[in-house]
Amino acid sequence: MAIFDEELRELRERVLKLGIMVENAIRDSVKALVERDSELAREVIRRDHLVNAQDVAIDLECIRLLALRQPMGSDLRFITTAMKITTDLERMGDLAGNIAERALELNEEPQLKPFVNIPKMAEIAQAMVKDTLDAFVAGCSSLPYEVIRKDDEVDDLTVKNFEELLGLMLQDPKIIPLAIKRTYIAKYLERIADHATNIAEMVIYMCKGEMIRHTTIEE
Amino acid sequence: MVEERYIFEIKDFSIYYGDFMAVKNITLNIESNKITAIIGPSGCGKSTLLRSLNRMNDLIIISHVEGHVLYRGTDIYQHDTDVIELRKRVGMVFQKPNPFPSSVYENVAYGPRIRGIKKKFQLDEIVENALVRADLWKEVKDKLNESGMSLSGGQMQRLCIARSLAQEPEVLLFDEPTSALDPISTANIENLLQELQKTVTIVIVTHNMQQAARISNCTAFMYLGEMVEFGLTDNIFVNPQNKLTEEYITGRFG
Repeated sequence: MAIFDEELRELRERVLKLGIMVENAIRDSVKALVERDSELAREVIRRDHLVNAQDVAIDLECIRLLALRQPMGSDLRFITTAMKITTDLERMGDLAGNIAERALELNEEPQLKPFVNIPKMAEIAQAMVKDTLDAFVAGCSSLPYEVIRKDDEVDDLTVKNFEELLGLMLQDPKIIPLAIKRTYIAKYLERIADHATNIAEMVIYMCKGEMIRHTTIEE
Repeated sequence: MVEERYIFEIKDFSIYYGDFMAVKNITLNIESNKITAIIGPSGCGKSTLLRSLNRMNDLIIISHVEGHVLYRGTDIYQHDTDVIELRKRVGMVFQKPNPFPSSVYENVAYGPRIRGIKKKFQLDEIVENALVRADLWKEVKDKLNESGMSLSGGQMQRLCIARSLAQEPEVLLFDEPTSALDPISTANIENLLQELQKTVTIVIVTHNMQQAARISNCTAFMYLGEMVEFGLTDNIFVNPQNKLTEEYITGRFG
């Protein structure tokens, strides 16, 4: 295998590794919340620097490949996509860290009510991250389009979650501090899904050379 | 005169060397005042196609052509074409700098002189103009009487460009003009081509894909005598439509 092909393979693996780290962070942060496991929440926060280091390492490697290999065509689109999506992945990692921080705070208080919407949202968001990474690795398929459509489900759940909590807050203002933290968490998950959408859009660019960001997908 | 969009219209054009078909049925339009690059592996016919645009291939006895090359709407392969006049309007610069074995001044004045310009002040003006346009004047104005062969490689190449410009061409054809030059001289020539593009249409054959990407507006990719893909340089190097083009520009050819 040519050196450049080997380098591209390694870059792909690094992005994938970063993706898996972020997927785990999202899963564990929500688990720490639902299962009231503060040790796990602290673990998620501790691990975030690994995500940051990987993000920087990937950026530097992309810059090196752009300078030394002067890629064209699909190689150019692959490397620039890798560079952009690692930024989204790193932000997702930060948001998982935020969920873990709120989990630590909520775990100190009595539970308001069992979590229903948030685990659902987390499940969808995690699947979106996984699917976008699969699309990034496997190349062109309908997968990134499906990810973009799933974003609406997460958005709907965010609204539903907020309305339910708002109802509870109106009934009993004492729960407002706890309920607000829950709305934050939903918002973090909604942002994670947005970043997954960004990645899906970049994967479509990588495959087809078409930039569909900030446009509406035709059904 | 109204500028036509396309200075060259190449239609169903083929070139043979004896029985060998070097260029196969190519159709391609070349835009005025743009830089068009032709890329492709060795032996793909790109230089042959370039040389056909001012009928340099006529010098190869066994070659013949089929189809049409329209220059400003007129087929240059008609019997009554004034080939000398054509080559004046469509000049060529080659891979290796090839100044005449005479002074810097005489290299540039040669063309105007043989087309009848004799007055010293007129020739002086033409020479200075051409050297300025070739971005060489500052470097050679104090050594106009020194041999053109005494200049550096990059300077010699710009001298050859000045020699062509003295004929006031409308098109300049470049066949690998920087492949014998160092990176600084190459950058000088590339900057010069982009400057010249404002007044002259440029067609360049290059093995250096980055060079095509850097300076050209349109790029044609040729393979085995055929035009595989032709389009805006922006598209060819970022999102080529043809698999062969993709393989070639990413270095995974063959």
